[in-house]
Amino acid sequence: MKIHEYQGKQLFARYGIPIPKGYPAFSKEEARISAAKLIEETGIPVVVVKAQIHAGGRGKGGGVKLAKGGPDEAADLAEKMLGMQLVTHQTGPKGQKVRRLYIEQGLDIDKEFYLALVVDREARRVAMMGSREGGMDIEEVAARSPDKIHTLTMDPFLGLTGFQARKLAYALEMHRHGKAAFAQFVRLCHSLYDLFVKEDCSLLEINPLIVTKKGDVVALDAKINFDENSEFRHASDWADLRDVDEEDPVEFEAKKAGLSYVSLDGNIGCLVNGAGLAMATMDIIKAYGGEPANFLDVGGGANQEQVTKAFSIILKSPKVKGIFVNIFGGIMKCDVIATGVVAATRELGLTVPLVVRLEGTNVELGKKILAESGLAIQPADTMADGARKIVEATRG
Amino acid sequence: MAILIGKDTRVVVQGITGSAGGFHAKQCAAYGTQIVAGVTPGRGGETFEAVGPDGQLLKIPVFDTVEEAVEKTRADTSLIFVPPPGAADAIVEAADAGCSLIVCITEGIPVLDMVRTRRWLEGRSGVRLVGPNCPGVITPGACKIGIMPGHIHRPGRIGVVSKSGTLTYEAVGQLTAAGVGQSTCVGIGGDPIAGLDFIDVLELFNNDPDTDGVVLIGEIGGAAEIKAAEWIRGHMKKPVAAFIAGAAAPPGKRMGHAGAIINGGKGTAREKIEALEAAGVKVSRSPADMASTLLSLLK
Repeated sequence: MKIHEYQGKQLFARYGIPIPKGYPAFSKEEARISAAKLIEETGIPVVVVKAQIHAGGRGKGGGVKLAKGGPDEAADLAEKMLGMQLVTHQTGPKGQKVRRLYIEQGLDIDKEFYLALVVDREARRVAMMGSREGGMDIEEVAARSPDKIHTLTMDPFLGLTGFQARKLAYALEMHRHGKAAFAQFVRLCHSLYDLFVKEDCSLLEINPLIVTKKGDVVALDAKINFDENSEFRHASDWADLRDVDEEDPVEFEAKKAGLSYVSLDGNIGCLVNGAGLAMATMDIIKAYGGEPANFLDVGGGANQEQVTKAFSIILKSPKVKGIFVNIFGGIMKCDVIATGVVAATRELGLTVPLVVRLEGTNVELGKKILAESGLAIQPADTMADGARKIVEATRG
Repeated sequence: MAILIGKDTRVVVQGITGSAGGFHAKQCAAYGTQIVAGVTPGRGGETFEAVGPDGQLLKIPVFDTVEEAVEKTRADTSLIFVPPPGAADAIVEAADAGCSLIVCITEGIPVLDMVRTRRWLEGRSGVRLVGPNCPGVITPGACKIGIMPGHIHRPGRIGVVSKSGTLTYEAVGQLTAAGVGQSTCVGIGGDPIAGLDFIDVLELFNNDPDTDGVVLIGEIGGAAEIKAAEWIRGHMKKPVAAFIAGAAAPPGKRMGHAGAIINGGKGTAREKIEALEAAGVKVSRSPADMASTLLSLLK
């Protein structure tokens, strides 16, 4: 689960991580008021207007603007930014609509750094990564000069140790920015690790982390992803932080129904049990020259309502010209699926071609239910047979 | 006895009184697995009834702790159906009680819980963890510890190791349809932090006199398949056929499994297929050809 920069910074503040002063704004007027308040409180005439969307690369896309001309200029920038489709390398070509802004005090930057925490699956540890190449696309830095990224892995029983934090501080040459900056950075590393673990993050990224001309260490950005598996520990907090406007509405609806759905660009809808088989089904459709319209895993124990829901979600996309149901029944019995498919087809008045491949537990019973339904369902014996049939049925 | 489990394996089911745990405990018992105990805190003293492969009624004792279950029934393997908030704790409890094999079916365990659990298991050489978020392990005809449909399997000499559940069934179904049986099938699960990895299982198959070849099923995300390819190149004496799911998946989208996501151009199907092929593994491009690809290596 992703949250906005301003929400991430509010969390930073709770853990004592230094951030610039700032206020969220949802309208032009709120932006003006926030800017005036910031200028009065800080004595700094410059404020930054930042678009709040769940994607990186906002600066390059025009989602971060400096206002040097006071509250009126900030308000004008806010007016232009609110409602725009912000396109970055992470949003896709359609971009993401800007609905929230963050108005922040301007700071004099001496040096930009990169600092992040991730779960390193190969090391099976939380890892902290830092670089002096801040403010840039870190994947580019990693590809071009991996030696410029310094990584620590933490023993979960010890956490981040003092020497590790100092080691990273020296590697990033924090001592060149003064004793105070060095100490502030070390403290910040400890606070960040603490936040990462207590809040069940899967990713925490500050790009850039800055040292100001006065020698203070400040988190100028905050990108936080939470591990969705941990939601039961944070249910009320996360409900407040979740911005459903930023999520694909169909994917969100699917999630609420216990289905795992990802929309894609093709025209063949897929309904499959199990993530691996669902991916393999997309692959085989492609191998036969078709294009999948979605990834959809109904899970291990789907019932009739979930199958109907799955069909209605697939059919929400006007691109869908046919549906391929590929079920290998284990826990899920083929007759239950067949009954669900027949009910959904009737209930939704399905008009596009439907190919159904059933295998596994109670397969004969399932096939019989489909055959006796009187509906135009094409049975398939294997997944290759099914993929071939649905690609043919949707062609031209 | 193939690998990991066999006729003599004695299983305790953690979470046996839950709906999933109860259902699958019965299925495993019906397959012939020795389910010797169940554990649910607060339900100790109850009896769980199941029916064995020959129709005999089995009265399985339920205990409050795994320690007591192991002590009273000499269980050596745990099968876990405990819900996510308590699942990591259940793994540690099983290991602490002396189980040498722990199969965790639970899906949705917090990643940081697994980081701590894996760390705790380090250095405990007598314990093996399979999963979490996996279908389990089966040695066809002898022992089934998991949620896979037993009837699609058939005893034989091909090992299967996979991150996926139903895609594994697909591979097994293809093998069985082609008249080829399996020695042991191991679902290692699709979570980013888990127990046995591809290399651990390949090593077991490599040393198993009852296994002639291996089908490996991977998916996008992470680098486990790449590491496995490196290991195969240096050590594997038996033929390996592979399939990598997710060639059609776009980057940045999580495909159901927490681990199945292409990040920063890393973990693509193509990258993995190339690494495996460079190590001498034959990779089928279509999931419909998993068994036939392996068969082509045996002739």
